[in-house]
Amino acid sequence: MTDGVLPARTGRSTRPLLASLVGVNTMMQARDALWGYVFLLPWIIGLVVFFLGPIILSFLLSFTKYDVITPPQFVGLANYETAFTGDDLFWPSLWRTFEYSIVVVPVGLFGSLLLALMLNRGLPGTGFFRTAFFLSTLTPAVALALLWSWILNPDIGPINVALRAIGIPGPGWLADVHWALPSVILINLWGSMGGNTMLIFLAGLQGVPQELYEAAAIDGASGWARFRHVTLPMISPTFFFNLVLGVIGALKVFTTAFVVTGGNGGPNYALWFFALHIYQQAFSFFKMGYASALAWIFVVILLAFTYFQVVLSRRWVYYAGGDE
Amino acid sequence: MAMSEKVFAERAARAVGVGRRRGVGDLLLYVPLIIFAIIFVFPFFWSVSSSLKPPDEILSFPPTLLPSVPRWSNYVRVFERAPFARWILNTIIVVVLATLGAVLSSSLVAYSFARFRYRGRDLLFMITLGTMMLPAQVTLIPQYILWSKLGFVNTLLPLFVPQWFGGGAFNIFLLRQFILTIPREFDEAAIIDGASRFHIFRAILLPLCVPALMTVVIISFIANWDDYLTPLVYLNSEMQYTLALGLSLFKNYPETGGEPLQHLLMAASVMTILPPVLLFFIAQRYFVQGIVMSGIKG
Repeated sequence: MTDGVLPARTGRSTRPLLASLVGVNTMMQARDALWGYVFLLPWIIGLVVFFLGPIILSFLLSFTKYDVITPPQFVGLANYETAFTGDDLFWPSLWRTFEYSIVVVPVGLFGSLLLALMLNRGLPGTGFFRTAFFLSTLTPAVALALLWSWILNPDIGPINVALRAIGIPGPGWLADVHWALPSVILINLWGSMGGNTMLIFLAGLQGVPQELYEAAAIDGASGWARFRHVTLPMISPTFFFNLVLGVIGALKVFTTAFVVTGGNGGPNYALWFFALHIYQQAFSFFKMGYASALAWIFVVILLAFTYFQVVLSRRWVYYAGGDE
Repeated sequence: MAMSEKVFAERAARAVGVGRRRGVGDLLLYVPLIIFAIIFVFPFFWSVSSSLKPPDEILSFPPTLLPSVPRWSNYVRVFERAPFARWILNTIIVVVLATLGAVLSSSLVAYSFARFRYRGRDLLFMITLGTMMLPAQVTLIPQYILWSKLGFVNTLLPLFVPQWFGGGAFNIFLLRQFILTIPREFDEAAIIDGASRFHIFRAILLPLCVPALMTVVIISFIANWDDYLTPLVYLNSEMQYTLALGLSLFKNYPETGGEPLQHLLMAASVMTILPPVLLFFIAQRYFVQGIVMSGIKG
């Protein structure tokens, strides 16, 4: 009510036109508001040119056939129909992406949590270990992919050499139809487990009040019970945040798989993920209309996953500060 | 609430005696810690070691753990085999201009969101946060069409120009949160002295924002240094490549005159990894702060 959406009390004088346009009361405030718009200007342009405009354009393009050179041709829902029924790589690439995510998300989350729990004990040398775990995240994705292609070299890579030394013939890793996907999972887990997710967990763990643990200990709770009934509920908001970001990140898997295969999707399309499918349609075949339709399907999938997580989170996320 | 706090306090007092004592369990914890540290560090060790091997040793079987004689000239050879210096230069141009644009424009926008009252502000702020969820694929295609119609495909412009228009939602969010923690009295005192709104921003708020600006600088530096998708889409001649893109192309170079590329590829990778790692060591504090803030308040 204090915000003054009502006209001035006298009834005779209403707010100056400019002031009411920008949602304030007096000319002084209106001048201030104009300064606010001025400082906002770069972002308004950025938002329109690089986000809102492209979103609308890509939606419109998804109903056309367009190769950048000749003008777009309206084709109705044909692109969506092709995606669902006429594209041999659509469903496989989608399943491949889900297969990847269903392993990477839980293993990555619990792995990061485990690392954070170990660091949270505050043992001497924690700083060293934290940095050692975090280094992999600082590695540019391209270098990460090259490093691991070399380590997973079937003939002279250290992993297969070590396996051979103990009598196990190592697989062909990235060159093998069945091992390509597990290899990329391994590479990306290594590249992300000790990274941001772990740091965010660590901050969450450090936010759990020490008194809760002490109270639980006095009540005779075992180490596991304290973890299950104190730690887990208290960090559930952090867990939720990491889960949402983790799922989105996993579904967008692209760079590692692109670099290790040179963009061709690996042996028998084993690494042809959905993001790669979109990229290839757009920038190798210049089917901009079709790629836009795929991108929109992708957006809907990401939104659906995020929405379900938000809905489900009401059952398991606990906010210590009440509803937020 | 008061009740339970009292109970906690009493219990805590009693618990002082049983506080955190280091036991055998804690010592045992070093076993997994060390195993994980080895898992995370070994690939770096292996790539540095490989990068210093002579060509015949790198393909020998069984592989050696360390090069018999470290061959530093491999690093020089990288610059002879590929336009590596040019790629470094391109990357520096992109990183510096993108970071500068992000810092300047995101702080200005954050100031507007944090300190001014105007119609549509909260809606615009919600939209801003919403852009963080958007997958790059959906905006990438129209953006590409835009740059190609303007004739700037295969230039570095698409890689840094967008950063000058707001610097991205995350940076705006981070700086807005930071400005909100600065007391408004500082601004008001300056207004009474007759300072302009821009002067308040430049002379009062920006100097106080330095820690948050450092976070933006570091995150922006690393993001642009590492970026692969954008250069991949926009750049198609070798002399325009950034390091990330050049490195992946280097992999496909033909091996001429019996010279394998693997040791050079590893030397090039090590050089690509080093700058973000060094930056992290120099400014670790700001970096971790930024990540953690995104997690807690996101």
